[in-house]
Amino acid sequence: MLFTSYEFLGFILILFVVYYLIPKKCQWPLLLVASYVFYFIAGPEYLIYILVTTLTTYLTARKIESNANNQSKYIKEHKAELSKEEKKNYKDKQKKIRMRWVAACIILNIGILAVVKYSNFMIDNVNGVLSMFHQTRQLSYLTLALPLGISFYTFQAVGYLIDVYRGAYPAEKNVFKFALFVSFFPQLIQGPISRFSDLSKTLYEEHAFDSKKVCYGLQRILWGYFKKMVIADRILVAVNTIIKDTATYNGAYIFVGMLFYTLELYADFTGGIDITIGIAETMGITVQENFNRPYFSKSLKEYWRRWHITMCSWFRDYLFYPVSTCKAMQKFSKFSAKHFGKVVGRRLPLYLSSFVVWFATGIWHGANWNFIVWGLLNWAVLMISEELEPLYAKFHNRFPVEEKNWYKVFQIGRTFLLVCVLNIFDCYSALSTTFGMLASMFTVGNWHILWDGSLMNLGLTALDYVILAMGVMVLLGVSLLQRRGSVRDRIAAQAYPVRVCIWYGLFLVILLMGAYGIGYDASQFIYNQF
Amino acid sequence: MEEIRSTLLEILEGLHPDEDFENCTELVDGKVLDSFDIVTLISDINDEFDVVISADKIVPENFNSLDALCELISSLMDED
Repeated sequence: MLFTSYEFLGFILILFVVYYLIPKKCQWPLLLVASYVFYFIAGPEYLIYILVTTLTTYLTARKIESNANNQSKYIKEHKAELSKEEKKNYKDKQKKIRMRWVAACIILNIGILAVVKYSNFMIDNVNGVLSMFHQTRQLSYLTLALPLGISFYTFQAVGYLIDVYRGAYPAEKNVFKFALFVSFFPQLIQGPISRFSDLSKTLYEEHAFDSKKVCYGLQRILWGYFKKMVIADRILVAVNTIIKDTATYNGAYIFVGMLFYTLELYADFTGGIDITIGIAETMGITVQENFNRPYFSKSLKEYWRRWHITMCSWFRDYLFYPVSTCKAMQKFSKFSAKHFGKVVGRRLPLYLSSFVVWFATGIWHGANWNFIVWGLLNWAVLMISEELEPLYAKFHNRFPVEEKNWYKVFQIGRTFLLVCVLNIFDCYSALSTTFGMLASMFTVGNWHILWDGSLMNLGLTALDYVILAMGVMVLLGVSLLQRRGSVRDRIAAQAYPVRVCIWYGLFLVILLMGAYGIGYDASQFIYNQF
Repeated sequence: MEEIRSTLLEILEGLHPDEDFENCTELVDGKVLDSFDIVTLISDINDEFDVVISADKIVPENFNSLDALCELISSLMDED
C-alpha cells in the first residue's frame, strides 16, 4: 500500500476516526491491529518474519532482565559472605550469560535480514569467483521476497535489545505493546529507526483529540505530499531517462542527472518522513526527526549528522562505539602506539572502526557492490578530511574567512556537490558504469546540452521545469525559515486568511501539480527498498 | 578526585585547546565532542587511569561535563 495511494488515504482516514471514537485505553491496541492489517496487505507471507523478530526480541529482553534481577537479588542475599573478588566473578559470569542470549538473538535476526536481503548478492559473488577460476558450475539464485521494512524494524528491535542489556531501561512486559513498537505502520515504509525510550513515551499513552496536534500533523502530511508528488515523482522521470540510456545520456547529462537525483532523493525521503511524522502527530504520537536541513551542511561530517539522523546514530551507538572501545581494539591501539607512535595508535583504531561502520552502512543500503563502494567512499572522504584538519586550521588561522558568508556558501556548495557525486553510486548497479559515467563528465564535451534545449528531451516539459524550479525555491525558502524555528508556528501566528491561503494553496498545488497520469508513476519511496 | 580532574582536564584540552571544559556542561549535547573525540578520550582515560569505559557507558550524561566524566572514572576505579 503506497503512501500515495487512495487505499492508504482511506486506511488512514478510517483509522483516524475510529482512533478518536473508541475508549482511549483501546487506542494503542487499535494501532497494533492497524499495523498488522497494513503489513498483511503488503504481503501476508511477510508476517512470519516480523512475528519472529518481535517474539524472539521480546523473550530475550525478558530473559536478560530476569537474569539481571536475579543477579542483584543473589548479591543482596549473599552480601556478607561474598568477597569483592567473588562478587566480581559472579557478576562477570552472569554478564557473559546475558551477552550470549543477546548475541544469539541478534545473530538470528540479523541472520534473517542477511538471508532475505543478501543471499543472492553472495551467490552472485561466489558465481563470479567460480567463473574467474573457469568453473562451469554455478549456484542457483534464490527466490526470496524482501519483507516490507525489514531493515528498519530489525534495527529497531536490535537497538531495543542492546539497550535493555545495557540497562538503559527495563524490558517491556506487555508483548502486544512491544509488537506495536516493532510494527508501528507509518515508519515501516522507510523509518525513521526509532528508539524505544523515545517512541514508547507517546505510543502507548491515551490521546485526547487535540485540534492543534491534528492540524499540525495534517500540515506536515501535506508538506510531505508536496515534496513527494510535486517534486520527487516529477523529477524521477528525467532521472530515469538519464540512467536507463547510458549511450545517449552521458557527459554533462550525468552532471544534470546527479543534481536531479540528489533533489529527488531529498524530496522523496524527507517527504516520506514528513508523512510518517505527520500521521503519528495527528494521533498524538511523537516520532523522532530524521533530518536537519542536510543540504546546508558545511562538510560531509556535518552532513552525516543531519541526514538520516536515526540511522547514523544507530550505527554510532550500536556498532561504532562497541567496535572502537572493545578490548581487542584497545589492545590494537596500544600495539599501534608502541610500534608506530602515539598519533597512529590513536588514529588506526578509529579508522578501522569507521571502516566497519561505513561498510555496514553501505551494505545496509543495498545488496550490491555499488552501495558498498558508496559507503567506503564516504569513509575515505571523512578520513581524509580528518587528516587534513590541522591543515584547514592553519589555513583558517592565516586567512580568517570562516565567519564570512561567502565562505560559508562556498563550503555548503562544495559539500552539496560532493554529496551529488557520491549519490551517483545509488543510480547505476554496475560499478564500471558508474565510474564510466563519472569520467564521461570530463571526457565528453557536451556541456552545450545545458542551454541548447536538449534538457527538454528528458521527459519533462517546460511547465514541469517551471514547477520544479518553483518547488525548489519553496524548499529553499522553508529551509531558510527553519533556521529561526518552526515554520508551522510562524504560519499559525498569521491572520486566518493568510493561513487559509497557505495551506489550501499547498493542497491545491498538490492536486493540480502533483505528478500523475501518463509518463508518471506514483512511485514507491526510494528508501522503501532498503 | 582532584587529581583525576586535573589529568582529565589536560586530556580534554589536548583534544580541543580552545574549549572551556571547566564550565561547559553540554560537551556531547552541544557537539563539542564528536564520536571520534569520545573514542580518543576513552583510549586516553584507559592509558592514564587504567579503567575500561565500555560502550554502554557512552551516554551523554556521562560525557557532558568534566564533573560527570570525573564521577564516571571514579566509579569505575571503585568497581575495580
